[in-house]
Amino acid sequence: MALHIIDRRLSGKNKSVGNRERFVRRYKQQIAQAVQRAVGKRDIRHIEQAETITIPRKDIREPLFRHGQGGVSDTVHPGNSEHVRGDRIARPQGGAGGGGGGSQASDSGEGEDDFTFTLSKEEFMELFFEDLALPRLLRTHIASTPQYRLRRAGYSHDGTPQNLALLRTMGGALGRRIALTKAPQRELKALQAQLDALLAQDDGTSESLAELQQRIAALQARIAKVAFLDPIDLRFRSRARVPEPSTRAVMFCLMDVSGSMDQSRKELAKRFFILLYLFLTRHYEKIDIVFIRHHTQAAEVGEDEFFHSQETGGTMVSSALVLLEQIIRARYPAGDWNIYVAQASDGDNFTDDNANCRNLLAEKILPLVRHYAYVQVVQEEQGLWREYTQLAPQFAHFALRKVAVAGDIYPVFRDLFRKEGVAV
Amino acid sequence: MNLSQYPVLAPRAGGQAWRPSWAAERQQGAVPLAPRPAGQRPAQPLPDPSDWTFELIERYHAAIAATAARFGLDTYPNQLEVISAEQMMDAYSSGGMPVGYRHWSYGKDFLATERRYRRGHMGLAYEIVINSNPCISYLMEENSTAMQALVIAHAAYGHNSFFKNNYLFGMWTDAGSIIDYLVYARDFVAQCEERHGVENVEQWLDSCHALSNLGVDRYRRPSKKNLARERAEREQREAYAQQQVNELWRTLPTRPGKDNAAQESERFPREPEENLLYFVEKNAPLMEPWQREIVRIVRKIAQYFYPQRQTQVMNEGWATFWHYTLLNTMYDEGWLTDGVMIEWLSSHTNVIHQPPAGHRAYSGINPYALGFAMYRDIQRICQEPTEEDRRWFPDIAGTPWLPALHHAMQNFKDESFVGQYLSPQLMRDMRLFAIHDDTRQSELVVSAIHNDEGYRTLRQTLSQQYDLGAREPNIQVWNVNLRGDRGLTLRHTRHQGRPLNDDVQEVLRHAARLWGFGVQLESVNADGEAPVVLHSVPPPPP
Repeated sequence: MALHIIDRRLSGKNKSVGNRERFVRRYKQQIAQAVQRAVGKRDIRHIEQAETITIPRKDIREPLFRHGQGGVSDTVHPGNSEHVRGDRIARPQGGAGGGGGGSQASDSGEGEDDFTFTLSKEEFMELFFEDLALPRLLRTHIASTPQYRLRRAGYSHDGTPQNLALLRTMGGALGRRIALTKAPQRELKALQAQLDALLAQDDGTSESLAELQQRIAALQARIAKVAFLDPIDLRFRSRARVPEPSTRAVMFCLMDVSGSMDQSRKELAKRFFILLYLFLTRHYEKIDIVFIRHHTQAAEVGEDEFFHSQETGGTMVSSALVLLEQIIRARYPAGDWNIYVAQASDGDNFTDDNANCRNLLAEKILPLVRHYAYVQVVQEEQGLWREYTQLAPQFAHFALRKVAVAGDIYPVFRDLFRKEGVAV
Repeated sequence: MNLSQYPVLAPRAGGQAWRPSWAAERQQGAVPLAPRPAGQRPAQPLPDPSDWTFELIERYHAAIAATAARFGLDTYPNQLEVISAEQMMDAYSSGGMPVGYRHWSYGKDFLATERRYRRGHMGLAYEIVINSNPCISYLMEENSTAMQALVIAHAAYGHNSFFKNNYLFGMWTDAGSIIDYLVYARDFVAQCEERHGVENVEQWLDSCHALSNLGVDRYRRPSKKNLARERAEREQREAYAQQQVNELWRTLPTRPGKDNAAQESERFPREPEENLLYFVEKNAPLMEPWQREIVRIVRKIAQYFYPQRQTQVMNEGWATFWHYTLLNTMYDEGWLTDGVMIEWLSSHTNVIHQPPAGHRAYSGINPYALGFAMYRDIQRICQEPTEEDRRWFPDIAGTPWLPALHHAMQNFKDESFVGQYLSPQLMRDMRLFAIHDDTRQSELVVSAIHNDEGYRTLRQTLSQQYDLGAREPNIQVWNVNLRGDRGLTLRHTRHQGRPLNDDVQEVLRHAARLWGFGVQLESVNADGEAPVVLHSVPPPPP
């Protein structure tokens, strides 16, 4: 009997991906709502996880003509233990023994359960970020100010003198000289030997002697004509320009840790930062995060300290901005890095400092950064908020919002970074 | 062991080509009167490490094939494919088909399967077998050696021989061309999505799926066409159908002198049409050609699945009977170790477990259990008939069992198989009883049990239970209002007073989308009298 055994294990799994996508697309609205609910509830550190999505089963039923309950039916069942013909049995609830028979009910999934399935981590995040895109990123892509990097690409015949590859050139020249002069040299040597022999015999007036000398002179002239260095020997180091999209981003997290920022406000700020971080991870290969916290003085700290240490005292927001600018200038030149700043504060600042902050932002910081987002974690308008509000119309990449409860963060986030041209 | 996924169609390359070879195969594979003699007893049984290897599968397969040949099992060539659990889930959610067009409902099935599997609520089937030529059986890589042996015996010999020899499969399916047709369907649907938009195609498919149960010719045999002809005829068909449709809706004034009154009272179609998708495909006036073709695709695929819905008990029973018989024979002849035996018997026992009615796990009659028991019973009747068997089965009692068994497999479907072969002995063994449920009464009545008065009633009732005609509502195309709003009337004939389920309105809306005008459903009693309009839906928005 002919037999083929085929190992299919390596070929195409995920055949159902297309169907799965269609399902997710069809129920996108319900799924997106479920995702939003999940984001609201989820501990932010575990944001990137799969999520169980539940859709009411009635929404996804495929209708078919079937028999309903009722009418007359005769069914056969196994395992009779006590009945004889003519027995009357109370109708069981749920219709298992009667009606259309138990199997029909279970086949068609008549139960009003919800349809539950698991959205993979990737799908979850995809939906989460669905119509978000980095502000002005699109523009960057299209206008494409791609950075070029010169990369070595071997040697070429022409180039500028400072790129002359000396060793290559001289090596080539040597080879060329040897190739062109070896044969005449050998001939010359032979003739010279003949000449020496003739000179030893006679006085140097014979015809053959003169002829020999002539030939020697011709050969010598020919050898002398071979140039020491010829233009065709020249070799230049060649460099190719390779476009290099900037894939590095740095994200600055600025947070007020003065006494007025209590733990719940910090939590709000933290969610904001982490959402921004997650968002950036989707667009950049490498992301640095710099945490700057401040009260009256600013300091660069580690993540743990940033979120968990307690400080007291007044607030000088400008101190953080000064430090921010210093760090940018020192470590993250704006030409090489995409700079994002997220600032969270309760807006409670020394009154004198507010104008100072505005100037710092307008003159020094905003020109350098790609986006600057400010959230104020209390509702009332403080001095800083008023100053910042004046900035917003001038700088398209500066945005500010107020956040009061954890549930607000996600909408704020969408709002801050919504796709250009997409209505929210 | 849910081995129930096996798409369709029996092999036949062209209209003519199969005939001579088929006849030849029949001769060569004629069923022997008794099992042919065993070959030489092996020096030692086949090794049974829990991890299988390709070499081991081949050795087991060779032994099983040799044993199966001795029993005269006639099969398509086998192709065993080893797949992973993920691939098994893919196969599950496409109805076991290796290819298929894209639709969200398959995605839904996949998600449901995946979730249940991951949470441990269900085991996957050990295998899936596809009715194609060569017959493709999927073996899961997670199976142990013993399980692979079980699967090979069950699928590659049991199901395979059933596909090849049962008359329904031979009549309705074409194993040689199913894969080609599915590929064609997938590509066509993909093209439509490109041209007409994913959403439009999806809606259209939704509507077709809703009516796919009514897209089956129950009695007529479909014409057989190969893929090339199918494709070549499509364009012709599109053009012609459009023409026909226009003819049907002609708005020219009727010539005077014709008997208009008689025309008006005439129904269209004259005879009720059971195949709603067919009717719509041929007659809906507003349908685009691509829409017609999609209706046709859904209809064809539904038709391909039709025979297996009618032979579940027989098919599973046959496969189970043969894995049981083959592996036991091999054990007796020294091929299998005790370990292998224990392992597959444990699975086998689970598969044919039949919880009694009223038990927590009871959900109707287990087709594996019933089918297996019936084939075993036929074997018993042939080999050791009792007086009772001689009275009930004079044809087969005491005759050679192999031909009797093959005859039973080849020439019946579930309904007639039960009607013919369910013996009093088996009814007693399974302690069957029939329940009469009339919703007008407050109590159920036991109408028959396994005793002398009850045997015939039981057998008839169970046989009807497997009659697809009774299991699904009987709905036919009754009339089209040709002179008025072009509304389509469907007629539901109530079977034993059973009403329709709550989906009716929704399904009718789908029907209206296909038809392009309003659709109403009327219901008549079993005698076809007293029509009552149940639902009516307006024309779909343009």
